[in-house]
Amino acid sequence: MRIFWAVLTRDLRLSLRHGADTLAALMFFMVTASLFPLAIGPAPDTLGRIAPGIVWVCALLAALLPLDRLFGADLEDGSLDLLLLSGLPAFGIAAAKSLSHWVVTGVPLLLAAGPVAIMLRMPEDAIPVLLLGLLLGSGLLSLFGTMAASIVLGARRGGVLLPLLVLPLVTPVLIFGAAAADAAAGGFSARPHLLLLGAMLAAALPLCPLAAGAGLRAAVE
Amino acid sequence: MLTAEGVAVFRGERLVFRDLFLTVPSGGALILAGANGSGKSTLLRLLAGLVRPAAGQILWEGADAFADLAAHGERVAYLGHQDAVKPGLTVTENLLFAATVSRRSIATALEAVGLDALADLPSRMLSAGQKRRLAIARLVLSTAQLWLLDEPTLGLDTASIDRFGALLGQHRAGGGIVVAATHVPLPLPGATELRLS
Repeated sequence: MRIFWAVLTRDLRLSLRHGADTLAALMFFMVTASLFPLAIGPAPDTLGRIAPGIVWVCALLAALLPLDRLFGADLEDGSLDLLLLSGLPAFGIAAAKSLSHWVVTGVPLLLAAGPVAIMLRMPEDAIPVLLLGLLLGSGLLSLFGTMAASIVLGARRGGVLLPLLVLPLVTPVLIFGAAAADAAAGGFSARPHLLLLGAMLAAALPLCPLAAGAGLRAAVE
Repeated sequence: MLTAEGVAVFRGERLVFRDLFLTVPSGGALILAGANGSGKSTLLRLLAGLVRPAAGQILWEGADAFADLAAHGERVAYLGHQDAVKPGLTVTENLLFAATVSRRSIATALEAVGLDALADLPSRMLSAGQKRRLAIARLVLSTAQLWLLDEPTLGLDTASIDRFGALLGQHRAGGGIVVAATHVPLPLPGATELRLS
């Protein structure tokens, strides 16, 4: 457990030191989301109707951005070998990396999602449900993303392969996440959608790090 | 004691070596020699558990070393081709992870490689030799029994090589094992040599 926290603090320290990379995902999220009012027009009815979808799609794409470097830098400079020899099993390394991706990318996106939803004229009473869905969904994005990042590690043009691998995997997350916010905006119960998201998170929490750990072992070989 | 029993390794479709036997007792040292591409680095990575053998077994104190890969990782300190130095962190910060794992003092390790005066310098300012010394400081920090070194003296000046020799001696005196791949003579008295072809 001590080594798990050591991997996490190491990654957070590196992200802090490379602040521009960390901020890039957040800026990407805010900029792409603000393109929609410009393209569709500021009419509150249209915009408010599609706001949950916009927030979800933009958050999903923004979370992909840092995945390429999640293990890439460590593989190139030899740090990944040392991490795997630290005495923590490979799935533990992967789990720590997922958590650091969530802290560095997921949490800022969550914080920015509220203001962005308000900007897009989303009905106010649906915003808490949107954020609750994103809380579960961002965790899932980090887990699936870590798994995909470890699988494409070492592959030529892995950066291109990565979205092709992650996006189909996270479509259920997108469907239920956006549906939860839609249901809340339409006055229906969002509970079943959120419960399904929670179930997916509960399944991905143990399975994705296991797959990612195997991917890491294969990448260093 | 580290033993390899008839190991064979493939890299992709190519057989790197086969039927390889070796034994290194506690306190012993083994030097891997051979031409470029003869499999020295692959053998080191195999002993570290990063590469899996296609046949044969690696034994540690007579038991299968790879039965628990994470536990084997704790026995190994690996110094690869690359120094694994993060340019954005200071010299001390680069060692924080290794120090947390082993609970040893960073200051002592930096002193052992003569980098104590540069402790707060950003690592991108270091020369190639100084980065190598920083990677060696990581060996000093670790509590591992088995040191696996890939061209450890690459880029080091004579004074640093002497200091490194003393560190190797200390490690072996404490019952540690050193396996090193090299093209140049290393300060490892009494080491056996294994020539790969």
